[in-house]
Amino acid sequence: MSSPICSICRFWHSSIGKKIVVALTGAFLVLFLAGHLTGNMLIFQSSHDFNEYAHFLHTMAHGWGIWVFRILLLGSLVLHVLATIQLTIANRKARPVRYQKEATMVAPKSSRIMIVSGLTILSFVVFHILHYTVRVDGDLRLLADFGQNWAMTVAGFQNLLVVIFYVIAMALLCSHLSHGVAAIFQTLGIRTKKSSQSIKAFSKAFSTVIFVGFIAIPISIYFGFGREEMEATVKLVEEAHKAGLSSLPVVEKSH
Amino acid sequence: MLNLTLKVWRQKSATSEGVLETHDAKNIPLEASFLEMLDIVNERILNDGGEPIYFDHDCREGICGMCSLTINGIPHSKERGITACQLHMRKFKDGETIWIEPFRAKAFPLLRDLIVDRSAFDRIIASGGFIDVRTGAAQDANALPVAKTRSDAAMDAAACIGCGACVAACKNASAMLFVSAKAAHLNLLPQGAPEKDKRVLGMVRQMDAEGFGNCTNLYECEAVCPKEISVDNIARLNRDYATALAKEAAF
Amino acid sequence: MSLDSKIPDGPIEQKWTKHKMDSKLINPSNKRKFKILIVGTGLAGGSAAATLAEMGYQVECFCYQDSPRRAHSIAAQGGINAAKNYQNDGDSVHRLFYDTVKGGDFRAREANVYRLAEVSTNIIDQCTAQGVPFAREYGGLLANRSFGGAQVSRTFYARGQTGQQLLIGCYQALEKEISKGGVTLHPRTEMMDVVKVDGHAKGIVVRNLVTGKISSHAGDAVILATGGYSNVFFLSTNAMGCNVSAAMRANKQGAFFANPCYTQIHPTCIPVSGDYQSKLTLMSESLRNDGRIWAPKSKEDAAAIREGKKAAIDIAEEDRDYFLERKYPAFGNLAPRDVSSRAAKEACDDGRGVASTGLGVYLDFKDAIARLGEDVIRARYGNLFQMYEKIMGDNPYKTPMMIYPAVHYTMGGLWVDYNLQTTIPGLHCLGEANFSEHGANRLGASALMQGLADGYFVIPTTIGVYLATQNPGSVTTDAPEFKAIETDVKERINTLININGNRTVDSYHRELGLLVWDNCGMARSKESLELALKRIPEIREDFWKNVRIPGESDCLNGELEKAARVADFIEFAEIMCYDALQREESCGGHFRTEYQFTEDSQEVKEGRTQPGEALRRDDEFAYVAAWEFNGVGVPPTLHKEDLTFNDCKLAIRSYA
Repeated sequence: MSSPICSICRFWHSSIGKKIVVALTGAFLVLFLAGHLTGNMLIFQSSHDFNEYAHFLHTMAHGWGIWVFRILLLGSLVLHVLATIQLTIANRKARPVRYQKEATMVAPKSSRIMIVSGLTILSFVVFHILHYTVRVDGDLRLLADFGQNWAMTVAGFQNLLVVIFYVIAMALLCSHLSHGVAAIFQTLGIRTKKSSQSIKAFSKAFSTVIFVGFIAIPISIYFGFGREEMEATVKLVEEAHKAGLSSLPVVEKSH
Repeated sequence: MLNLTLKVWRQKSATSEGVLETHDAKNIPLEASFLEMLDIVNERILNDGGEPIYFDHDCREGICGMCSLTINGIPHSKERGITACQLHMRKFKDGETIWIEPFRAKAFPLLRDLIVDRSAFDRIIASGGFIDVRTGAAQDANALPVAKTRSDAAMDAAACIGCGACVAACKNASAMLFVSAKAAHLNLLPQGAPEKDKRVLGMVRQMDAEGFGNCTNLYECEAVCPKEISVDNIARLNRDYATALAKEAAF
Repeated sequence: MSLDSKIPDGPIEQKWTKHKMDSKLINPSNKRKFKILIVGTGLAGGSAAATLAEMGYQVECFCYQDSPRRAHSIAAQGGINAAKNYQNDGDSVHRLFYDTVKGGDFRAREANVYRLAEVSTNIIDQCTAQGVPFAREYGGLLANRSFGGAQVSRTFYARGQTGQQLLIGCYQALEKEISKGGVTLHPRTEMMDVVKVDGHAKGIVVRNLVTGKISSHAGDAVILATGGYSNVFFLSTNAMGCNVSAAMRANKQGAFFANPCYTQIHPTCIPVSGDYQSKLTLMSESLRNDGRIWAPKSKEDAAAIREGKKAAIDIAEEDRDYFLERKYPAFGNLAPRDVSSRAAKEACDDGRGVASTGLGVYLDFKDAIARLGEDVIRARYGNLFQMYEKIMGDNPYKTPMMIYPAVHYTMGGLWVDYNLQTTIPGLHCLGEANFSEHGANRLGASALMQGLADGYFVIPTTIGVYLATQNPGSVTTDAPEFKAIETDVKERINTLININGNRTVDSYHRELGLLVWDNCGMARSKESLELALKRIPEIREDFWKNVRIPGESDCLNGELEKAARVADFIEFAEIMCYDALQREESCGGHFRTEYQFTEDSQEVKEGRTQPGEALRRDDEFAYVAAWEFNGVGVPPTLHKEDLTFNDCKLAIRSYA
């Protein structure tokens, strides 16, 4: 009866178990976001550092690192989404007849629309991966192939619709995190009345930093940051591509 | 005196269709309790040859946990720390419209009008919410000292009156506040320690089987709880459940 | 029929031990063949059900509430007594026994009370082991407080919810046995009648309150633990559903009803505010430690207050009548419950009441706040003040509270012998529903003790005395007696629902309540009781002609439930008044205005008591009055069980 496999099944099928899965995967994704934001901030430092960083990510542990990480990330995301969708379906079923007059005492809006914000973020993630990781846009792919990740990023945010979508998605992410981060502590059983205020404050601060940090990139780019350098790089890459080269010729930096 | 409009859920039985009926509540004294206001309305309905609005109630002093009305969308009303029977009409304004609905949850099937069946709670208790001690087998009460802080924390949790407002208020109709308070009351005491894991696993499994939803940490339950039971108990139950399951898997 | 109390021989300290030794035991393998039906799941019924199931009996349990945990035992606030002597203040089993007999004004059976005091210590052990979170001291040991004027600290408590915590303990034990299969629970089920086969109680007929289905249940013994009858007064501190029906049905089947006139009035309740009022709320008596009780001296001031033209603070100090301090200077505001209650009633009867209904006096904290400061008062009574403010909308720190006495416990109940068996063989009765331990007056924190003593420790032993004489499972619901009672019950319900008159059930209940409150309430007289006995049959007749119950009987129908209960209350009220009429003395919760000490009494002159105190007449009335039902509208027959006091000396109750 109580073989370890059985226990994992039971864990998954119990409401608390599934929530713990959501919390643990959520915590991993939250940490990833923190790392992702820190790395992305290199955009504002210099194209060189940013490209180096991208190069490092792609080559660490002989190129295996990023794949291990991507698999972990994908796994977490799948579990997080699967568990929350199942929980939401169960939750809807738990109240088949709704109240005619709905009201709330304390729960903020953000906490009540987790599934909406979550699914929107999911669609954003798909778009984001197609945009910058798979690079369905040929021009961006070319830049990446030439190791010009900085220019690729800047080029990607020249479209107003893309920027708006990013901002909306980040706003929802902020809303999702402002409840989600605090909820991790409760679900993992490490929140108490005494720590609840600090946890709430941390959660709010964290989600605000994520929001501000991530929208800073598309907005500043849309309003002109790095456009000149990006256009120059694009020109160089196009020329090199026409010349049949697979990387940019090394140019001595002029002083 | 108040003149109010009531929008009351009426439903003859579990299987029949329910509707929100409108009733006038005229000349309601400010000193009357909410349930007495319903008594007055019922007396008039009866005198007009109708069937009264049925609702659960018993002690009318906020301890039996029988009354179970959702008032303007909030179980036991928006006043904190009281049951519906402790609500008084002076909290309302003349001319107001009041929505009165039953506690809604799949696990609380409706019986009639505003009366629901909360026996799911009893089945959860039967699945481990006790200390298995035979009558007459107990040692002297003072043989096992309990730190005051611990005993007070157990008492805080034990204050739960099992009304089900937590379920009714939860967006997901989750029973976690009830179950966690009941488990915490016994788990915190040394007398309850030997059965802790068994209790936690049993109660949570029964809770799931009853069709309650899942807690998404909105804390509405704590806000409506007439005894202001803390959601700290939920955190504790999450932890205890994971530990108990890990132990079950390992040993 | 003579009443045999079956009190064991021997010295009082050894009676219970000896009785346990002499009682026949049921073989463990035989126990599971016996089925016991228990009605009521409060402290007495719940603890009995759990314990009997643990012992191996098959138990079926019935309650009208949706869960056993909601029984009205839950509302007890103060605490539970036990002769633990943890405080080393000189308490003992014997002292608890003596206090209880004396507190009951020498109208209880000594042997029963001694047994109660004896098992009281086991109750605390049992409840603590179950996880009842009694208050503790910093050292981790159990805390005690002194309660109800006791000179020792023997009361165990769990904040202000001792009743709920004890009930949850016994409910959890009950749920444990349900999960093990020993108990079958029937919630939302009301007992409609007892079924006798060959003179023995062998089953009950019940109504499912959700489906309206009438069904029979057979067992080898029946236990009633259905609480008291305070709701005969309509307004009381009892829950709305509390009723006398099970006891009254049993009485009609031949179980004698003992001492129904003993009803306890609590002085510090929140007054009635209008005729819509559905129940009364009790506030802890501890308020009287610091509050001063008064009414205006003049009727004019009182009238002005009632009309809202004046407020309490407008009444000058010299125009206030601190009537308890004036009448009973030695005890002042701490005079006993019955004395304080009657004094408040007298002030109001005199036209000096202050609530809008004229039924209320002030409980003023002005002086205490001036002396101790608001913070000290808040620390002592904060939660009570808050409760008062919630209900009344007044701030008691600024304006005095209004209080008025209300009924909250009934000492009378079905007559039982030492084995808790009624005059119907096989029918047992526990807790507030029986009459046995409190005499004419119950002491604070003794109700919880009695319920649990009966359920956990007494009935599990004594029911064996009866069962040992029975062949298990000998009666099934196929017996014709069941069909006959079922038919009776159905006819009664059909009659009720088909009356289709023009008055609501509540209107009758209110009328009856007011009548018995006025004439058989805090003070009774031959005249008032005769008036009540004339009026009750009129109410009864009108009820059966004019009550209107809407809807059908085969579904959830709350009006029908209430109507059946009110019908029983009306019949019961008559017995209560007959009892009060025959008891020509005053004792405990029964005060006959004709029988009180006056200035001229020898005892008053000797300083042994005060004028206005109850005049007991031990020579003629030291007996239990047990009433046999003779038919509706026919006076019941009185049977007497003489009380003898060998271990307690009969004394005048005095509070000087």
